[in-house]
Amino acid sequence: MTAVLRRTPLYDQHVAAGAKLVPFAGWDMPVQYEGVRQEHHAVRTGAGVFDVSHMGQIVTRGPGALSALQHMTTNDVSKIQVGGAQYGLILRPDGGVFDDIFTYRLGEEDYLTVTNAANHPTDFTWFGHHAQTGAGELDLELVDAAEDYAMLAVQGPKARGIVAGLADIELPKRFHVATGNVAGVSALICGTGYTGEDGVELLVAPADAPAVWDALLAAGVTPVGLGARDTLRLEACYHLYGNDMDAGRNAIEAGLGWAVKEATGHIGSEATAQFRAESTAEVLVPFSLTETGIPRGGNPVVGGGVVTSGTFSPTLEKGVGLAYVPRDRSAVGTEFTVDVRGKDRAAIVEARPLYQSPDLA
Amino acid sequence: MADASYPDELLYHDQHDWARIEGDTAVFGITWYAQDSLGEVVFFDPPAVGTVVTKDESYAEVESVKAVSDVIAPLSGEIIEVNDSLADNPEQINDEPYDGGWMVKVRLSDPSESSALLDRGAYVATLS
Repeated sequence: MTAVLRRTPLYDQHVAAGAKLVPFAGWDMPVQYEGVRQEHHAVRTGAGVFDVSHMGQIVTRGPGALSALQHMTTNDVSKIQVGGAQYGLILRPDGGVFDDIFTYRLGEEDYLTVTNAANHPTDFTWFGHHAQTGAGELDLELVDAAEDYAMLAVQGPKARGIVAGLADIELPKRFHVATGNVAGVSALICGTGYTGEDGVELLVAPADAPAVWDALLAAGVTPVGLGARDTLRLEACYHLYGNDMDAGRNAIEAGLGWAVKEATGHIGSEATAQFRAESTAEVLVPFSLTETGIPRGGNPVVGGGVVTSGTFSPTLEKGVGLAYVPRDRSAVGTEFTVDVRGKDRAAIVEARPLYQSPDLA
Repeated sequence: MADASYPDELLYHDQHDWARIEGDTAVFGITWYAQDSLGEVVFFDPPAVGTVVTKDESYAEVESVKAVSDVIAPLSGEIIEVNDSLADNPEQINDEPYDGGWMVKVRLSDPSESSALLDRGAYVATLS
């Protein structure tokens, strides 16, 4: 069977910019334009724009919205102020990670949750099933808003300045959200990203996305594909769902315990509390190779453990990755060996993040 | 990166490798199409001199930022020289796939194998 790949509203822009398009989570997405390394450095030193319109959105609104989100997601949603944003997880009852998400509070009783593209359909089904299995009958509305938004991430030390020049409001601070016009179209402007650089993410109507994209490129922003998105997020030690955690891993071993507040009584809270109390056999750590070679996801750690993400770091100019290792060998500076397709490569546990932007320090 | 090119004097393997035959030895590398598909090469893992390579089988790995790929031997023989400069400058594989980006030199064990390789026209026809 040949699957039909979905196209984002920016497909023509990608073709015009010379993108190489590849299938990703059912979408035809740009993996690179000029080249991964060049695009990576553009984001570290200037400004880059990513089309992340494949990501999903779920609206939860109404008097019961907060209770439902506290039940279905792991972080303490009551801590999000109107105009705020928060990272969280969706867990299975056994504590396995179902997805990682960002939730924005757009109004008193109005929340927008951004989901991973591959998980969005199951996330929405999960929300629909579990929103009403909390405490009593909740008065709320759930909307699958994935078709309502295109999403552009503008990232890098110069990103805010360039977007500010196209916007009619003061940009929201990091982990905040505001509504304004960008390049003449209405946008949700979010002070978030997935690169380890400052910047914003813009949610706009699909029909408006090309105008925003064109204005950003005209202002000197570099188009950046999924290839550099992966090297950037890995240097920043941001997890990639499906690689670094999935339903077979819990939040504690994934190093995401900080985003789980068991006291809220969410789904998976009891299991997580137990993992936290008893600790886990393995834990996810960042690492680099101390010799040549490039680790890749799936490479075994000699003596136990596995690499879940690996790449060549364009900033550090060496092989880096994330790996599950035995907890007693997870301290920063611990040396270990990765089996890279049959060759032993010396590695060392690094501090998180592998790359720290001075703008976010 | 250089523009697409496929020199007339080379023989090609359909897995996007080339051989420059010089008597009973040959130099191997990957084609412009191969390096363009990989993107910027950041690591070349060469075999040791003395390694015996077999036609149609992998003898080295080349990695770009985004992927790893086996390099297939277009002919059989024993490696007598390796392009050591690729360790520090793997981007030569992108910049000069047929010159500075050569990978290994091999003493051929069966020069008649070359009859199975493609000339420029036949190889380019496989790309369309």
